Order: sequence, then structure tokens, then C-alpha cells
Amino acid sequence: MGRQIYEAIVDGILGGGVYALMAVGLTLIFGVLDIINIAQGILVVLGAYLSYVLSVHLHIDLFVGLLITVPVMFVIGVAIQVLFIRPLRGRERTSMSLLATFAVALIIEGILYRFFGPDFVTLKASYITSSVYVFGFYLPYIYLYGFALAVACVAAIYLILYRTRFGRSVRATMQDQMAARLIGIDVNRVAAVTFGIGVAVTAVGGMMFGATSGGFNPNSGYDLISRLLAIIILGGLGSIGGALAAALVMTTAESLVDIWSPDWAVVVFYLVLVLVLVFRPAGLFGQRAARAQ
Amino acid sequence: MSEAPRWRHLAEPAWRPGGALVVLAFFAVFPLVFTNATVTTIAVDTLIFAASAVAWNIFSGYSGYISLGQAVFFGTGAYTVAIAARAWHLTGETVFALLPLAGALAGLLAVPLGLIALRVRRHTFVVITIAYFFIAQLTATNLSVTGGSSGILAPSPNWAPETFNNPFYYIALALLVVTTAASWLIRRSRFGLQLRAIRDDEDRAAGLGVRAMPVKLTAFVISAFATGIAGGLWFYFIGQALPQFAFDPFFDLSVVVMAFLGGLGTIAGPILGALIIEPGQQWLTLQYTNEYLSEILLGILFLVVILFLPRGIIPTGAELIAKFRARLRQRRADAAGRPPVPGPAPGSAPTGTEAGTAGSEAGTATREARP
Repeated sequence: MGRQIYEAIVDGILGGGVYALMAVGLTLIFGVLDIINIAQGILVVLGAYLSYVLSVHLHIDLFVGLLITVPVMFVIGVAIQVLFIRPLRGRERTSMSLLATFAVALIIEGILYRFFGPDFVTLKASYITSSVYVFGFYLPYIYLYGFALAVACVAAIYLILYRTRFGRSVRATMQDQMAARLIGIDVNRVAAVTFGIGVAVTAVGGMMFGATSGGFNPNSGYDLISRLLAIIILGGLGSIGGALAAALVMTTAESLVDIWSPDWAVVVFYLVLVLVLVFRPAGLFGQRAARAQ
Repeated sequence: MSEAPRWRHLAEPAWRPGGALVVLAFFAVFPLVFTNATVTTIAVDTLIFAASAVAWNIFSGYSGYISLGQAVFFGTGAYTVAIAARAWHLTGETVFALLPLAGALAGLLAVPLGLIALRVRRHTFVVITIAYFFIAQLTATNLSVTGGSSGILAPSPNWAPETFNNPFYYIALALLVVTTAASWLIRRSRFGLQLRAIRDDEDRAAGLGVRAMPVKLTAFVISAFATGIAGGLWFYFIGQALPQFAFDPFFDLSVVVMAFLGGLGTIAGPILGALIIEPGQQWLTLQYTNEYLSEILLGILFLVVILFLPRGIIPTGAELIAKFRARLRQRRADAAGRPPVPGPAPGSAPTGTEAGTAGSEAGTATREARP
């Protein structure tokens, strides 16, 4: 029993790293643009399919393939922002942007159905099937590699935000868009690039998701987006550290409950969210501003 | 006193009572004229969705709290009828007697859910409603009383197959009429004004003495009640309750898009949206068996609405008509050789009596045109 719990915690933390990466992209987009990108889930699935195409048809290694898929997803992200998010104005902008990104998600899902059909596929590589003895039990290599990669990506985003000039304009825009505009920051450019970065991480997240989830199809986006939303709300909208912590809490809670009842494990995921919000309406690390109208 | 016309404008329905009667008469004779089962099936479906969209609009449209978890109440209604009919061995028309119970349970469920979710605003509220949705769907899948993933079959209705859809049609129509009447009454009432004050600025509304939580919660419960009845009716009509269809993410989004397309916070908007989207979607599904095409088309339709009709058909249409009328009067005034009415300024004091009416009408028009 104790051993099972120990395993579940390690599982949860390693899995949490990947969710953290996808959630950081989402919360970053929220912080800068004040919108929630509902398409993030299907974009992860799109990233997974891109990795799938590269590895099956062009025989490119999954990790090497990221050199191609990350820039592609970045461009897709910028395009979505410029075409569908930027034109939105007015009081209903928030709810409109939810619908706009949902519409984008529907279109991407339809296109994926068109090309790949409803069949489940998985990513294949030697390091997905072979395991290594670590932490006292056997673990597929991919979990370790993926966790390391997720940590590296989050660290890179952190460095960009806190050590570069662009990062400073992003943070300024997050704090006060009007003031940022006044001191000469090109807010539109910041918004587009941030959206691009937020979507680019789905290439990495998608590859990991495709490798570890045991099969995905165009429909997998719904489950993903609802988990990611739960994570960023729990962490406090716009808080990167919060998203990291919440991802680890959620996936660990889920894998712990999974020991007793796999059926209820997913329910716990959302139950944690609701329970936390009863006591802390702004999430774990959220500012009060998250409540302002 | 000067606020009076603006108030009246806010309270006025988007269509006139005469038009409403004509539309109602059309709906009433529809199944007698079009007896084709495929057509009436789509019609019943459309009416159920229209009632749900109106119910959604009573809460989300008026209060500005966008709920993406309305399927929780739809599914609760569906499973209430399913479980009660099975437990009490009800068949035939008596099953319809369970509909108020379906509404009551959905409304009851909305109380605790609302007490938690309505403490937070905007995105967080939206996401909590999504979380509710998933909890509900997964619970229905895991419990034994809901029949798990194989669901519950409805008792088979015992009336003539030729007019099979008619009872469903008229009950759905009655539900739509009652829900719309409720929406109209709420919009005119003090309660509706409080809801819209919350939508515009909740903190200021609270400062002015609106007790935000009870007001929001009441609207949430009313909306859940109507949606629960719609769900119960839908279950008996479809003949089966499955977790993934009773708690359907597509339902969540459909009602939202219908309301947005027609006009958020208007009375007729959600109905108009439902009349456009639901038959269109059903037709697409019949035309193209592959699901992805209708998905892509629906997505494109969403984007077109959002980018080009962001405020919905009814507000945008009303705006265009008002502009057109103002221009017409202006032209008439020009033709009569009078000095042109200084159009947009409502405070301008025109000289002649005729020009006076024209001026004040143009003023109303610009007021309505303002977002």
C-alpha cells in the first residue's frame, strides 16, 4: 500500500510537469490578453498529430521533430491571435474570445477528423516502451525525458519573462495595458508573440501527451482543455508559479485516487477545483484582481 | 424624468405583441401542415433547444455571467424523468407529469452549485461551470442508479405513430412560450433591471443597494428549472438517457451560440438563434453523414457571427432599421424644403412641430444605436 502511494506520487509529479507546461502557455495568454484560449486543448492534440506525421511518414525522432513542430505551432498561434482575437472589441470581448477560440477549436477538430479519422493512434519510439529503474521502481524513459524537457521549457519561459527586454514588456502589459501602451510598448505585437509562445508549448505538450496517454484521437482535446482550465483556475489566473503548483497538486491527487477507484479519479480532479474555490475564490496564487469585473 | 424614455426603451420587447401572435399561430399550426416525421422531429428538437436558449439567456444574458455548464441541468432533468418513470412504472402520457419534478430537482441542484460558483466572476465562473459539467457527466457514468455508461431507456409512448411527435411538439411549444413569457416579465421587472445592473458593473450595483447574490442565484435557479424541464422532455422524446448525450458539451455551447447569434440579453434573440442553428445543424447532419464537415461549418459560422455580427442579429438589425428611419426622415425633411434636422443631437431644439417629432425620433434612434 505504502509503495503504491509512493509510486502514485512519483507518477503524479512526472505527469504534472507536462500538464504544467501546457497550462503555463494558457495562463500566460490569459495574463497578457485577458482571454482564455479554449483551443489550447485541441492545439495540444494538433501538436501530437504533427509529431505523429513526422515520426511515421518522415521517420524523424520525436524530440528532434520538436525543432519543426514548435515553430509551426508558434506561427499558428500568432495567426489565430491576429485573425480572430485582435478584431474583437467592446464589453463582450471576454465572452466573445471564448467563443472565437472555441470556434477555432471546432474547425481544427473537424480538419483533424478529415485527415486522421476517429481512430486512436499513439506515438512510438524506443524510449517510450523501455523503462529505467529509478526512484525504486521501473519507469519508462519518456516520463523522465518529458519531465526534464517540460522543466527546461518552463525555465526558458521564465528567463524570457524576467531576463529579456521583451519579457519586461510582456510583464508590463500584464500589469497595465494602457500604461504599457503609453510608455511606448507595442501592445499588439506583445499580444501576438505571447499568444504564439503560449501555443508553441503545445507542440512539446502534444508530443508528450501523444507518447504517454496511451492513444489519442481528434476528440481528446475536450478532456485536455477542461483539465488545463481547472489547473490554471486553481493556480490563480495569470500566475505562472500557480499553474506549476496546481498542475502537480491535481495530477498527484488524481493518481492517488486512481489507486482505489480509477472511475472517480477524474471526478476528483474537478472536485479539488470546486472545493478550493469555496475557500479561496481567486485560486491558490491568484490576486484579488482576478475577481474584478 | 428625462430618463423615462430610456427606461421604456430598455423594457420594451424586441418585437411587438401582434408579431408575437402571428409567430405563435404559425408555430401552433406547423405540425398540422408539415406532417413529415423528419420535419416534425427537427421541429421538436428546435423547440427544446429554443426553450433552453431562452432559459440560458434569463440568467447569462441578463446577468453577464456566461454559464457553460447548462447541460448539468438539462441532464439532471433527463435523468430525473428517466429514474422516476422507471421506479414508478409510468408509461404513456403520465410520464409528462414528471416534467415539473425534473424542473424542481434541476432548480434545487442549482442552489448549492450557484452558491459556490457565483462567488467568482468572469473567466473563473465560466471554468467552474465547465467543471460542474464534467463532474455531472462523470458521476452519471459512474453511478449505478443512472445505469452507468449504458444509460436508461425511456418507457415507449403508446400513441399513434402517425402523430407520434405531436404531443412532444406541443409540450415543447408550451415550454418555450412560458419560458419566453418569463423572460419578458423578468426583463421588464425590477428584478431584471437589477440583473442588468450586475452585468454592467456588479460592484457599483452592490453599492447602489442591489443584493447581488440573491438576485444572481434566483436567476440561476429559474434558468435551471426551465432547462431541467427541457431535459426531461428531451429524454422522453429521444427515448434514452446516456451520460454523454444527456450531459452533452455540444448542448452547453449550442445554447450559448444561439443566444449570441440572435442577440445576448434580448427576448426574441435566443429563439431566433435556435431557429437558425438547430434546423441548419440537423439538416447538415442529414445531408453529410461525415461529422467533421458540419463541425467545420459550425466553427466557421461561429467565427462569422463573432467577427461580423458581434452583438447578434436583433440588436444589429434594430440599429440598422433605426439608422435607416432616421435617414428617411431626414430626406423627407430635406424634400419639404425645411432646414435639415440636426440628426444625432437629441438635445437640439427644432422649430416647427413636425420637425420637432423628427428631431426627437432621430434622437431616440441614436440612443438605441449606441452600444
